[in-house]
Amino acid sequence: MNLRHIGADLKVVVRTYFRNPVALFFSLFFPIILIALFGLIFSSVGSGSVTVEVINEDHNSPASVAFLSALNNTSVVRVALVTDTSVTPSSFATWLGQNDDPVGLVIPAGFGASYHLGTPVNLTVFTNPQDASASGTVLGAVQGVANGFNLQRACGGQNCTPIIGFSTQNVGSQVYKYIDYLIPGLIGFTILTSPMFSLVDISSSYRKDGIFRELSLTPLTRSEWLTSRVIWYVLLTFLSAAIMIGAGVGLFGAHVTLTAGVVPFLVVGPFFFVSLGMLAGSVAKTPESAALVGNIVTFPMMFLSGTFFQVSMFPQYLQLFARVLPLYYVIDGMNQVMLFSNTSKALVDLLVVLVGSVVVFLLAVRLFKWRDE
Amino acid sequence: MGAAIEVHGLVKRYGTLAAVDGVDFTVPSGTVFSFLGPNGAGKTTTTEILEGLRRRTAGSVEVLGLDPWTQAGPLHRRIGVIPQDFRFFDKITPKEAIEYYRTLFHTDVDPGHLLAQVELLDKMDARYDTLSGGQKQKLGLALALTNDPEICFLDEPTTGLDPHARRAIWAVIRTLKREGRTVFLTTHYLEEAELLADQVAIIHHGKIIAAGTPGEIIRAHGRPARISVEGSPELATYLQTKLAIPAVPHDGRVDVELNDRRDALKILSAIDQSGLPWQAFETRQDTLEDVFVRLVGQMDEGALQSEVPP
Repeated sequence: MNLRHIGADLKVVVRTYFRNPVALFFSLFFPIILIALFGLIFSSVGSGSVTVEVINEDHNSPASVAFLSALNNTSVVRVALVTDTSVTPSSFATWLGQNDDPVGLVIPAGFGASYHLGTPVNLTVFTNPQDASASGTVLGAVQGVANGFNLQRACGGQNCTPIIGFSTQNVGSQVYKYIDYLIPGLIGFTILTSPMFSLVDISSSYRKDGIFRELSLTPLTRSEWLTSRVIWYVLLTFLSAAIMIGAGVGLFGAHVTLTAGVVPFLVVGPFFFVSLGMLAGSVAKTPESAALVGNIVTFPMMFLSGTFFQVSMFPQYLQLFARVLPLYYVIDGMNQVMLFSNTSKALVDLLVVLVGSVVVFLLAVRLFKWRDE
Repeated sequence: MGAAIEVHGLVKRYGTLAAVDGVDFTVPSGTVFSFLGPNGAGKTTTTEILEGLRRRTAGSVEVLGLDPWTQAGPLHRRIGVIPQDFRFFDKITPKEAIEYYRTLFHTDVDPGHLLAQVELLDKMDARYDTLSGGQKQKLGLALALTNDPEICFLDEPTTGLDPHARRAIWAVIRTLKREGRTVFLTTHYLEEAELLADQVAIIHHGKIIAAGTPGEIIRAHGRPARISVEGSPELATYLQTKLAIPAVPHDGRVDVELNDRRDALKILSAIDQSGLPWQAFETRQDTLEDVFVRLVGQMDEGALQSEVPP
């Protein structure tokens, strides 16, 4: 491997790329379009009111029912009673964390009685630190309704202690919205598609046009050639990942953790798929069969690796199938570092992709011939 | 002067078909060697074997003392190749292409100098996909020269080019020879070979059917020189009787064999003395093209006859 050779070849790749408006569009603007499209379809932005999940421990006493209906009438929040009986106030925070509407309210047992006796009673509001506006709305609504109830109990004097107070608690775990999953998913989508389609195409068209033959007459080696492609797609991946994260956060308020832990995946992912694209192109004898092999390899991964839909939403057998797809590990790894901050799981994913990449790269260099036997 | 290329008993088989079937030749270094043959004769296959792009089935091949297949790396640093129908990256300019090759070959050649040599300096910054066929071919030639090669392989470098572009390529080939490089040239154009080549080999059905200098080949396989005059068959009879030299009437002309230049005056005065009507005359000599067409034609006829059942 000669670094100067790789550098010279990389220069050709970069120039070719930036002088080709179609390629530029597809790898830089296409991801934004995807983010915007899927973000709009699946995220529930602009529904108007905030849904608040409620556990009423006071077993529907008249005071608690009146309180909730007053809360509902504020029209800024919508009260939804938790029907799942296994949810208790102590597990509520965790449960909310996995819920689509992660703000909640607990009315304690004896609320009605305390209210009538005039003894102070505390509600608990569960807020989501990731969603300040929803949390603020709920807090404001609860505060307003409680004030109204306190006034009704003629607590107007200077030294009056309000009967109904409330404490707040954060929901237990981080809360993820569709758009949060969509960002690592779509980064994975680009890591898969742009090198795969391009390398499959290059491998057959360069062979047909005699460009490989031309290169075989120079000191450039096949592994140097492939390495320069890997480097290029790593750079491109960084660029498009930045664009997608920017668009996701800017347009849809996605929450992703930007740690250095993402970087290995943005390197190893393209490494794997550049090699796989070349391998697919080398195995095929004609441009048509190269495209076919490329599609057979690419399409299942495009949809079943957690790109647009989380793998955990799939039926069991599809979840098992996803685990044989290399892209699954790239996306799962990115989810682990960008969403769950679970480094040890991410390391396992990284190792799987890395080992796979080395194997596929060596195989591609071996099978991809640029002169005829 | 040593041999730049030595080929003995070269065979390349695809399945049962022998594309190259026992070929021998030697190219002395510093000469222009032209390899001729009709389409499918085995020219490109042989050339690609010499360039290390194709593996041979049998025989020995040495190019600059190296085995082109097993020692392709070191060989490629010392040879330059323009393949038939040269293609390059669409969006790259000639200047960038040469800079690219310069880095790969670790040389410090000046792109401007090289492009001036192939008359492409004015297109130095034009992208490859905007170049004409001739300009693309010139870029191929310039790239083949980036590493200051000892042997240049040119596979049909002027096919499809206009006469002006062809002459420009010829000029470069002459310069290459002057600079002491060996040139291995395959071509369809016999006049090109006749003009440029020191040595010629004609390959047909995978076998060499004639080899030598163009003059040697014409002498060995061509018809003798002749005086051709417009006239009747009677004139032919008269001349044959009078001079005892073969005189053949055809298509309103008479061809009189001219074995010795000094016979020319004798023939012309005999024509005048015949009293028969005659018009314009000219001397004719077989060109390499005539020889080529006849040799290849004869072989194909022979092949055809041998296939006819008795």
